[in-house]
Amino acid sequence: MKPIDNKKRRTWWAVPFIAIIGLTLYGCPSQQNLAGSSDAAQKVYVAPGEHDEFYGMFSGGYSGQMTVYGLPSGRHLYTIPVFSQAPVSGYGYSEETKPMLQTTHGFIPWDDAHHPEMSQTDGVPDGRWIFINANNTPRVARIDFANFQTAEIIEIPNAAGNHASPFVTTNTEYISAATRFSIPMDEETLENQDVSISSYAENFKGTLSFIKVGEEGEMNIDFQILVPGFNYDLSHAGKGPSADWSFFTSYNTEEAHTLLERNASRNDKDFIAAVNWRKAAELVANGEGREIPAPHYRNYMDHNEQRAKSELVETVTVIDPIENPGIIYYLPTPKSPHGVDVDPSGRYIIGGGKLSSVLPVHSFEKMIEAIENEDFEGEVDGIPVLNYDSVIHAEVENAGIGTLHTEFDGKGYAYTTAFISSEVVKWSLETFEVVDRIDTYYSPGHLMIPGGDSMQPEGKYLVALNKITKDRYLPTGPELFHSAQLIDISGDKMELLLDFPTDGEPHYAQGIAADIVKERQIRFYQLEENNHPAATKTEADTRVERDGNNVHVYMTTIRSHFAPDNIEGIKVGDKVYFHVTNLEQDWDVPHGFAMLGARTAELLIMPGETRTLVWEPQKPGVYPFYCTDFCSALHQEMQGYARVSPAGSNVPISYGTGN
Amino acid sequence: MGTKEKSLTAVAALLLGLVFFVPIWTIDMDAPQYPEGIGMEISINKIEGQKKNDLLNINGLNHYIGMKEITPESIPELKIMPWIFAFLITSGLVIALWGNRNALLIWILLFVLLAIAGLVDFYLWGYDYGHNLSDDAAIKVPGMTYQPPLIGTKQLLNITASSWPGPGFYISLISMGLASYAFWSGKSSSKEN
Repeated sequence: MKPIDNKKRRTWWAVPFIAIIGLTLYGCPSQQNLAGSSDAAQKVYVAPGEHDEFYGMFSGGYSGQMTVYGLPSGRHLYTIPVFSQAPVSGYGYSEETKPMLQTTHGFIPWDDAHHPEMSQTDGVPDGRWIFINANNTPRVARIDFANFQTAEIIEIPNAAGNHASPFVTTNTEYISAATRFSIPMDEETLENQDVSISSYAENFKGTLSFIKVGEEGEMNIDFQILVPGFNYDLSHAGKGPSADWSFFTSYNTEEAHTLLERNASRNDKDFIAAVNWRKAAELVANGEGREIPAPHYRNYMDHNEQRAKSELVETVTVIDPIENPGIIYYLPTPKSPHGVDVDPSGRYIIGGGKLSSVLPVHSFEKMIEAIENEDFEGEVDGIPVLNYDSVIHAEVENAGIGTLHTEFDGKGYAYTTAFISSEVVKWSLETFEVVDRIDTYYSPGHLMIPGGDSMQPEGKYLVALNKITKDRYLPTGPELFHSAQLIDISGDKMELLLDFPTDGEPHYAQGIAADIVKERQIRFYQLEENNHPAATKTEADTRVERDGNNVHVYMTTIRSHFAPDNIEGIKVGDKVYFHVTNLEQDWDVPHGFAMLGARTAELLIMPGETRTLVWEPQKPGVYPFYCTDFCSALHQEMQGYARVSPAGSNVPISYGTGN
Repeated sequence: MGTKEKSLTAVAALLLGLVFFVPIWTIDMDAPQYPEGIGMEISINKIEGQKKNDLLNINGLNHYIGMKEITPESIPELKIMPWIFAFLITSGLVIALWGNRNALLIWILLFVLLAIAGLVDFYLWGYDYGHNLSDDAAIKVPGMTYQPPLIGTKQLLNITASSWPGPGFYISLISMGLASYAFWSGKSSSKEN
């Protein structure tokens, strides 16, 4: 028998020790970040009375809304109702806001909101508006930063799924939107066809839409570009030298129609479509393209009348790249790219190689050169495909597995999320080498740096928008909220500062310095500017009027009473319209209006605003109504009664307050 | 009165024209729920909130304690005061032209008396608003009145009310001072003659 030498014996001794250490650390994946946590706490602490430095505007995903967070505190400040009805305020329930959710498919009170995008001036977020897409029923909404309310929603015809949307050009000339799903479209009218799904390759087409933004933010679809039947995934407009171009990723260039997980992952390279939007816009302005019937709604808040209006737009102009060469080129990009991001200088176009082991970086300069030299490796449906080797500038090695999205810090670095390897990877825009990486918890999709997709990023914080939460918080049930992580990127090494929970399923987010937004805020609506047709501006004007089976109650609220607060003469079978005007002219004094048995929602009426609730009482009796927003020491007393008599009874209309 | 005195008297009278453009008194109120403050400015012909809707909101607050609504349209002083100042300006100018020292003295005394009367009226006005409370008031604190101070600062429930003269008041003081100086200066020059 060979004696065990001492050296080996010592090694064996260590085994249980290593095992114990290993067991202790097991389940503490964040161990590496615990060092310096008090330092991190100080960096995110916003003392009472102090304001956060940035507003973070997060998409709500399947909540259909937009949520507002303070950064660096991670505090949830507000939820803006956009595509979904919101009982919290009656958005989408009140007569004034219902038109916002009108579509050619009817009233659609929900959606899947993915990408917030701020308006820009000279390539920098300007704090006027923020846009967000509805992924399911193709729509784009504009939210006004002055009051954090949805100001306009436009429907996008000839599209199915609206994922690559809404991305703005550097002076908010256009917002682009691309169809996620291609559909069979009639050659002439682009109408959705009743054809076999297996005829995909032959019949299915897609569109890229360019929505023009007016001075007041009003949106209209200036033109759509007909494109091959791929899936269009994400987009970004160029900037600086590339400002006239927009870039769209595509997958399923295989044109598969079933089990895409396998069938759309065959090609080594798919495409980033480079679209010269300025040229296309000029062509359309000069009469190119054809106007086709394409009914779609434009819903907007009429600020004068304080109510939303729906306008049916009948047509859209479509331009075909086959007939108009030079407006679109394909950049081959490995492999099923997801994100496409343009660096602050506008020189590099970075594809998120979702299934690729390298991160491809295209050069805009090389792209233009290749176009001029007609350096094409082929064409697809008449669209030239540029030579990969001629346009690729670099491939970032070891940029993680499943790279999705990239943002920039303005200091020469790019930050890319890697979904599969669950990390954020920092790399240099000079050497195209990875310089730092940090684990995320877990599986990040988008990431956000305030201004990080603009020409002037504020390279201080990065937010990773993680898809999986697992063990980061107390378990709340099978569905865990999604977690965001705030990472300090001001130094050489990224440092995790904070986890915070989010609402819905946020995809993308954008951030802006709070100072830019704060100065634009209005605090209440001027009563004298309220031209709502059913507004009641003084208590003396309050009244109840019968018009057949409709009863209109012109009501006011002020701390702490309704006028009128006693109403009689309503009958079963009546449709009662409560037109409630909040007379307050002070900030943060909304009043609520809730009616027993109301089938829609309450109203939450901002100071100076008018909102209308429809109530159809079912049974006789006396029904209380009350204010739902705690408004004063006498809030609980802010209530009233509506008497409902049987149908056909002859109780006259009467009303009063304080009799 | 010499030219200098006449000129001074004219300036004293004309200076009062400025009173039409600036508040004569201000009342500031500080409360935790009004972090930006709330207050009103009293001019000779109007009462306004310091910010656009302050008066509306002050009335909103006051109704809990049963204080009458402050409605500038119903306050007779705001209609009378512009005439009083118009009279002081015209009579002052006439005296400046006329150069009569006795008349100037009467003008000064009248001005001072009117100013005192104004302050007394303002005090009584504050007294009435602060004491004459509705029996139906939601909030009643036994023995509590809500009269703002004439000058100075006072705690009224959770509100710190501060009452101070505004620019119009100081302009009036300067006018009085100039007129008095003209009178005194005229006296010494008449001795020399």
